[in-house]
Amino acid sequence: MRFLLTDEQREFARSLDALLTAADVPSAVRAWAAGDHAPGLALWRRAAEAGVFALAVPEAYGGVGPLPVETAVACGELGRHGVPGPVVESLAAGVLLGSVGGAAAKEWLPGIASGTEVVSLVVAGYGPYALDADAAGAVFVVAGDELRVVRDPGEPTPSLDPARRLFRPAEGGEVVASGARVREAARAAAAWATFATAAQALGCGEALLRATVAYVKQRTQFGGPVGSFQAVKHRLADTLLGLEFARPLLYGAAVELAGDAPGAGAAVAAAKVAAGEAAYAAARTALQLHGAVGYTEELDLAWWLRRARPLRDAWGTPSACRARVLAG
Amino acid sequence: MELAQTARTEALRAEARAWLRAHVPARPLPSLETAEGFAAHRAWEAELHGGGWSVPSWPEEYGGRGADLFGWLAFEEEYWAAGAPGRVSQNGISLLAPTLFDHGTAEQRARVLPPMASGEVIWAQAWSEPEAGSDLAALRSRAVRTEGGWLLSGQKTWSSRAAFADRAFGIFRTDPGAAKPHQGLTYLMFGLRDPGVTVRPVGRLDGKPAFAEIFLDEVFVPDAEVLGEPGQGWRIAMSATGNERGLTLRSPGRFLAAADRLVELWRAVGDPADTALRDRVADAVIGARAYRLFTAASASRFAAGAALGAESSLNKVFWSEYDIALHETALDLLGPEAEAADGPWAEGYVFALAGPVYAGTNEIQRDIIAERLLGLPKGRR
Repeated sequence: MRFLLTDEQREFARSLDALLTAADVPSAVRAWAAGDHAPGLALWRRAAEAGVFALAVPEAYGGVGPLPVETAVACGELGRHGVPGPVVESLAAGVLLGSVGGAAAKEWLPGIASGTEVVSLVVAGYGPYALDADAAGAVFVVAGDELRVVRDPGEPTPSLDPARRLFRPAEGGEVVASGARVREAARAAAAWATFATAAQALGCGEALLRATVAYVKQRTQFGGPVGSFQAVKHRLADTLLGLEFARPLLYGAAVELAGDAPGAGAAVAAAKVAAGEAAYAAARTALQLHGAVGYTEELDLAWWLRRARPLRDAWGTPSACRARVLAG
Repeated sequence: MELAQTARTEALRAEARAWLRAHVPARPLPSLETAEGFAAHRAWEAELHGGGWSVPSWPEEYGGRGADLFGWLAFEEEYWAAGAPGRVSQNGISLLAPTLFDHGTAEQRARVLPPMASGEVIWAQAWSEPEAGSDLAALRSRAVRTEGGWLLSGQKTWSSRAAFADRAFGIFRTDPGAAKPHQGLTYLMFGLRDPGVTVRPVGRLDGKPAFAEIFLDEVFVPDAEVLGEPGQGWRIAMSATGNERGLTLRSPGRFLAAADRLVELWRAVGDPADTALRDRVADAVIGARAYRLFTAASASRFAAGAALGAESSLNKVFWSEYDIALHETALDLLGPEAEAADGPWAEGYVFALAGPVYAGTNEIQRDIIAERLLGLPKGRR
């Protein structure tokens, strides 16, 4: 057993971190929320050059995947930096089409892998909205045995996190695959989407914790840094605890996904519950310990604060995931 | 990144499973916090030792199998999954033994470890004092130099199972003039029936005589009972508390088995419409899995040469709170029957309640996490 990231995987995380630290991600998030996708798509291209979107696409279609551990690493970094866009959906679409195969896979997968195609995804049972459909070249919609491609994003619906733009996909579109293999592929894609969302949530929680620790070290009250008070320390200790015990669940799920183990679905669901709840708890703590300044839009922190809750609930609510855990 | 075990570990697992299947008592033993239960558990320790399973991670010369950390974790999974009894030798095996391996002499290891492995000598820890619990550096019991050894005087308390145990280990102040409170302390072993020792059992929350006060009145211990160098007691004890909070006191196998039993209970008596309770059962399964994988990551880091650090405080807070939540969920599943339950869930619940208090309170652990892992400034406690 060696339940640790390899040197190469750690290096991948470091390089993504460096790339995203150098970019002005908060500005891209603000623009994305206002409907200007250009800076966000520029980030997307940089991430694609680093190999992120090839991770879930099979080699036969121009990808390097499926590589769940690397996907967790990448989504963790993208989540930590708050990169906008249908990252999870594009990765899961890679899994979906890779599993369906045929003409649709040949048509779409090379572009998804290289990052030139941004796509979104809706799977029946996982919520009605296509994330960021207006930035996507297509929305893949799976219902029952049928896979459709919808190119019209439709009208947006206001979102709790304005940088997660919600669209109800239009009826119709082109049916590109059907039959039992679609159903099976949708199951696999949804598991990956749940998994990737858990990774993003973990990253989001880490960002919230890091920002809050930095803040309570420099903010003084009653003649000392706020971070020297035990009540503050203990909330942050609990935040770290939640995140540190969610991380091994995420990587444990990655190992099971990589081996296509029968327990992978339950493992992914467990990771999603833990990461989603830990990130949301981190957001609540971050808001509390920043005080009123945390309750403003001016602070970049606002984007992570608003994202933690949707990530907790997207691609498998805690309740649905807990039921999945008990189903085995 | 992988979770697959080596063939050696899997072979050990299979052998343990077969042995346990043949030997685990069909009915639970009486509580080890009682005189009758203590004796029954001591007999079980001897049987376990006879099968070669009391201390699988120790070197063979002391009664072990030389299993590595992964082998030990696999054994523990099998042990608890088999429904085997709680370990009455735990204080010795998980606290004193690692310290002896790190700091003891060859003579001490040869003398102390084999009877510990067989259950012939059962150890209690004697660290806490009336004025020194989580603030262990405040302890006052002293050891005064005398010819050929030391004279121990003072009072220890909350000493688990000292009412029935044979020997104890603790730290004593040997240099009252030391510059700092954690200096001038010495780690010593002594017999609970030595002249000058008075043991007074203290009833636990449920009335069982689970721990004891130990009064020491000029108790002579020879130099051979000093662990490490005199004056180094704090450093030596801290290496053991890391073990206690970290891996060895609560193996993941114990919680995996408990979570499995909870799911069984839920399937037997749970109301499918009560999703709030269902979610808590799921959280118990998730928590056991998280703890197992967290431990797997820690074990992998140790195997790669890393040292146990402040992460053991994360571990301790996690398992102690997890243990309570798991047992509360079981009691809620039992409903009105929980009050009358005189079985493993009730026993486990009472035991779990103490978790956040001992081995360093969770408040102290959270301070350690905040200061050492998050880098927050020290403040008033």
